[in-house]
Amino acid sequence: MNFAFMKTRHGKAITYAVLAVILALLPWMLTGGFENGKSWVRAVDFALLYIMLALGLNIVVGYAGLLDLGYIAFYAVGAYVYALLNSPHLAAILPAWLIGPNFIVMLVVAAVFAGMFGVMLGTPVLKLRGDYLAIVTLGFGEIIRIFLNNLDRPVNITNGPQGINNIDKVHFLDIDFGRPMEWLGLTFDMVHLYYYLILAFCIFIIFVTLRLQHSRIGRAWVALREDEIAANAMGINIRNVKLLAFAMGASFGGVSGALFASFQGFVSPESFVLMESIMVLCMVVLGGMGHIPGVILGAIIVSITPEILRDVINPLQEGIFGRRVVDPENLRMLIFGLAMIIIMLLRPEGLWPSKRRAREFHEHDEEAQA
Amino acid sequence: MSALLEIRGIHKRFGGLHALNDVSLSINAGEIYGLIGPNGAGKTTLFNVLTGLYQPDEGAFTFNGKDLFRKKPYVVVESGIARTFQNIRLFANMTALENVMVGQHVRTRTGVIGAVLRHPKARAEEAGIKVRAQELLDYVGIGRRHDELARNLSYGDQRRLEIARALATKPTLLALDEPAAGMNPSETEGLKKLMEKVRADGVTILLIEHDVKLMMGLCDRIAVLDYGKKIAEGVPEAVKNDPRVIEAYLGVAPQ
Repeated sequence: MNFAFMKTRHGKAITYAVLAVILALLPWMLTGGFENGKSWVRAVDFALLYIMLALGLNIVVGYAGLLDLGYIAFYAVGAYVYALLNSPHLAAILPAWLIGPNFIVMLVVAAVFAGMFGVMLGTPVLKLRGDYLAIVTLGFGEIIRIFLNNLDRPVNITNGPQGINNIDKVHFLDIDFGRPMEWLGLTFDMVHLYYYLILAFCIFIIFVTLRLQHSRIGRAWVALREDEIAANAMGINIRNVKLLAFAMGASFGGVSGALFASFQGFVSPESFVLMESIMVLCMVVLGGMGHIPGVILGAIIVSITPEILRDVINPLQEGIFGRRVVDPENLRMLIFGLAMIIIMLLRPEGLWPSKRRAREFHEHDEEAQA
Repeated sequence: MSALLEIRGIHKRFGGLHALNDVSLSINAGEIYGLIGPNGAGKTTLFNVLTGLYQPDEGAFTFNGKDLFRKKPYVVVESGIARTFQNIRLFANMTALENVMVGQHVRTRTGVIGAVLRHPKARAEEAGIKVRAQELLDYVGIGRRHDELARNLSYGDQRRLEIARALATKPTLLALDEPAAGMNPSETEGLKKLMEKVRADGVTILLIEHDVKLMMGLCDRIAVLDYGKKIAEGVPEAVKNDPRVIEAYLGVAPQ
């Protein structure tokens, strides 16, 4: 494919305009084009949440090179902060002014809280790298989940394994995101409203990541990944830069988690298991570590593929065998696992890597052939 | 001349190994000061304790009147000491230009907010970083390779890039750890010219090197380390003829 025209200023503007129109119309194309369109929009909403998560993890893993296997903990923190402040669960205990704060304030609180947890994780692991770091972060992720599971006694804070129910939908700019809305002759359902809301935050996070990438901070992260000792000797304050990476990554996770809680209306520790951390890591690695478009692509593929399989496998099975032989849920992980293995063998740099990484891997091939 | 860097009574032990044993040096502003010694004499260890990568056990560092004993590397760099490494440590998968841009980290201020908002001040700083990085690459003579990944540069160019990156921190003292190692004679000659240029531009140089010929022609003063102790110090001619130095390098002739 020739992307050259996109490089010109005009081409860029046109590309962005087309992209904007597609994104604006996407939910309507889905609801118009498919019988179960609403569930597809829902899947897209989740994909957007995952994009935010993947971009957050990308800062930690892709830029700073710190392998984090407990990343979902920050998603959990964001989700629970939102849930606790926007549900009847703690309404009787907490002072009234704390309950149901302004939505933007709420998201800032979720981001800051998750960021604080990022620093909490980062501080003890400052000296660790690679496999040791992975093990500690994995433990951290599990600790958070187990805490959420058990903090219903002696004082009931998280309501334990039952989770928190009846979380309020977002109310913002006089819009109740939980109720269908008529506008321009169209009926905006909850999934539609949330689509635009999550999309807006997703774009904001993409913007922030893009800006950080080509900045003094972004370069310091990459230098840290490339050679910690040299970065140290160049006067980069390793401790601060690492903690900043953890905090930034975590705060993205927190925002995503808060949106998730309000969208879902229900949170429980089950949503934040290790498998989720691994999925987010897969998105980053599969798409192309350290490359924003790649990470976004990875998040979309990993989160949407199961939905597609669900809709494809059953008709396919019935067509071939005349009945359902395997449960699609089981097949899903099999196919997904196989796909991961094949992609990592054939394209270890990811599906859409940055120029830097593509060069890194490609040149090894050339050296091998020479 | 006043001493720019005063190293007094430095000790560093690794378990039973006394890697630096009461080492004292004083380096004057504007000179090229050489540090030689057999392998394992403690030269690189001295660099590492000076730049904060290792913690010295005892002693004192005074640089420009400032105490730098057991300070973090970023404090050392900020107060004006930059270094290169014996086994080149570039950011291999960053371009030459980006390497030098990273070097300016300590002299620039833009944080997260500046990076995200890209206000005029942050923009100006970023543009300045780029211009300065290119200038430094030109200065060390690899300006045309700016877009090349560091690891794809030739060996000699990697050495030069390391010097450019160190210079990006705006040092008053540049500590070079065996910059000529593995270079051919013409590359070494070029490096010598570069060091003289750097000195002429007001940067004091502390140099570890094995190439004796290079050291004799270049250094104003030389100190010799052996088994963690300073065994000689002075102008190159005197050091060359010091019997203890000859003994350290060649052993004592059997009687």
